[in-house]
Amino acid sequence: MPRYYYRSFPILLIIPALAVVFFLVIFPLFWALGLSFYRYNVLRGEAPVFIGLDNYARLLTNEVIWERFVTTITFVVSAVALEFILGFALALLFFQEFKGRRLAITLVTMPLLIAPIAAGIFFKYIYDATFGVFTYFIQLLTGIGVNMLKDYAMLSVVLLDAWQWTPFMMLFILAGLEAVPKHLLESAEVDRLSWIDKFRVVIWPTIRPLVMLALLFRTMDAFRTFDTVFALTEGGPGTQTELISITLYRTAFKYFRTGEACALAFVILVIVILLTNLYLRMARRVGE
Amino acid sequence: MVERSRIVRRRSPIKRALLYITVILVCIVFVFPIFWMIATAFKTRAQAFSWPPLFIWEPTTRNFIDIFLKRQTEIEAITGWELELATGAEIFFINSMIVTFGSIVLALLIGTLAAYSFSRYRPKGTDTLMFFILSTRMLPGIVVAIPIYFFYRNIGLYSTHIGLILLYTMFNLPFAVWMMKSFFDEIPRDIEQAAMVDGTKPIKLFYKIALPQVIVGLAATVGFLIINVWNEFLFALLLTERSVRTVPVAIASTRGEVGINWGLIAAIETLYVIPAIVLIFLLQKYLLRGMTFGTVRGV
Repeated sequence: MPRYYYRSFPILLIIPALAVVFFLVIFPLFWALGLSFYRYNVLRGEAPVFIGLDNYARLLTNEVIWERFVTTITFVVSAVALEFILGFALALLFFQEFKGRRLAITLVTMPLLIAPIAAGIFFKYIYDATFGVFTYFIQLLTGIGVNMLKDYAMLSVVLLDAWQWTPFMMLFILAGLEAVPKHLLESAEVDRLSWIDKFRVVIWPTIRPLVMLALLFRTMDAFRTFDTVFALTEGGPGTQTELISITLYRTAFKYFRTGEACALAFVILVIVILLTNLYLRMARRVGE
Repeated sequence: MVERSRIVRRRSPIKRALLYITVILVCIVFVFPIFWMIATAFKTRAQAFSWPPLFIWEPTTRNFIDIFLKRQTEIEAITGWELELATGAEIFFINSMIVTFGSIVLALLIGTLAAYSFSRYRPKGTDTLMFFILSTRMLPGIVVAIPIYFFYRNIGLYSTHIGLILLYTMFNLPFAVWMMKSFFDEIPRDIEQAAMVDGTKPIKLFYKIALPQVIVGLAATVGFLIINVWNEFLFALLLTERSVRTVPVAIASTRGEVGINWGLIAAIETLYVIPAIVLIFLLQKYLLRGMTFGTVRGV
């Protein structure tokens, strides 16, 4: 066996992976970056016209786009905050020892398995104002009928997201709690630390990295939420729940303003990257 | 085995009762929509539209029969799906299975090879490459979908099984690489090193010695990748037409002549979620590991 075989073996193993990433991520992205400088409508079949930064200029001065970003951020912040609070509470609940604990955890994590599109469509039925079971329970509890998808559209979307993703938060935080060394908890008991001190000194330092990771994953996923909203409200009523991903979808595949859609895609990409960096920096500061 | 730190305490009966009531309520909240979906699958159209909602009714299996045994034109009339001639609704399930199977075999093959290299040989730039592969997963799906759509249209991969399989391979690759690397990192290297000294070929080290030790990890990775692809909607919506459509896209395009036939939709969703639920009962230990790209151990 020649020497170069041994030397190149590790590289040979990763080449297929790099090829997939190159052909299906990098190449299309650069192509889209190119298209974003053109006026191009894929349906009209005209040759693309180079217009430089016009697409970007138009987008960045378009108030509607900024409104969509505000809608998106409202959704992301309320959904992730709700999931974090509920997830934390659930993790503390399941951190205790009781019979049937495993089964309970499995049951609670079941929403993670439902296809988001299926969840979105089925919640339309659950929320329905005239025969939905959610409406029925609300009426039973408060005596008032409610049209969730019309009057509380954003809340409906947030609740659906929380139903599906709170278990995700819970699993992360629970894994963090389980990693807290037992002897530390015990000595905290011996030292009669207050509940707050126990949390601050013993628990938080261990679970912090996992909590931060969970928040990062959830925030990024919430930012690109598409399936559930597309199925549940299609961005409506009006534009109340039109997230930026829906706007992008419409620009590209309903109006077929291809060049503009590519430009918008890159604006979103840059914002996501900026947000991630900002977040990572903040997370580091919390750690110090 | 690390000593677990769960809180074990003697509790008063009242406290214990409160704990169980809370747990049961929580379970009900999270399971109810799924229960309701399964229940609705066994309701006729009239029953599904009744007010107040029916909690006790005579179950019907009509919906399940309608999906698979009705003739094409009738399915089209009920659901609004455009089927190819000579196919029924089972085509969507078959498509979902084809793309799931194909993309998982590919992602696993490519991902495991790369993960092994990253774990054992650490070629130059491993950390950068690993992070780079991970970061592709952070891109908003729709941002990648737009260029892919035009790319596929140009090179003839639009609305083909192979096109969707390749795309899902890309989609799953970060998970496969990261998870498999974490499993490889865990197994000891002694045997491989001893075999290497004996002059065993590197490729043999991989499939004869390392691979058999991570079989459990491989299974966990497969389970996680399946759920990822099985439930994917956006790419499938944009990149497929008619006879290549997967079930999520079919569900989303259902419409009836008079309102939506909720029983039928619920029946399809129920059938579709069963494999995922079975999988997760088998793999619950690894669920967290999958979601965190292998960086966090299970609960």
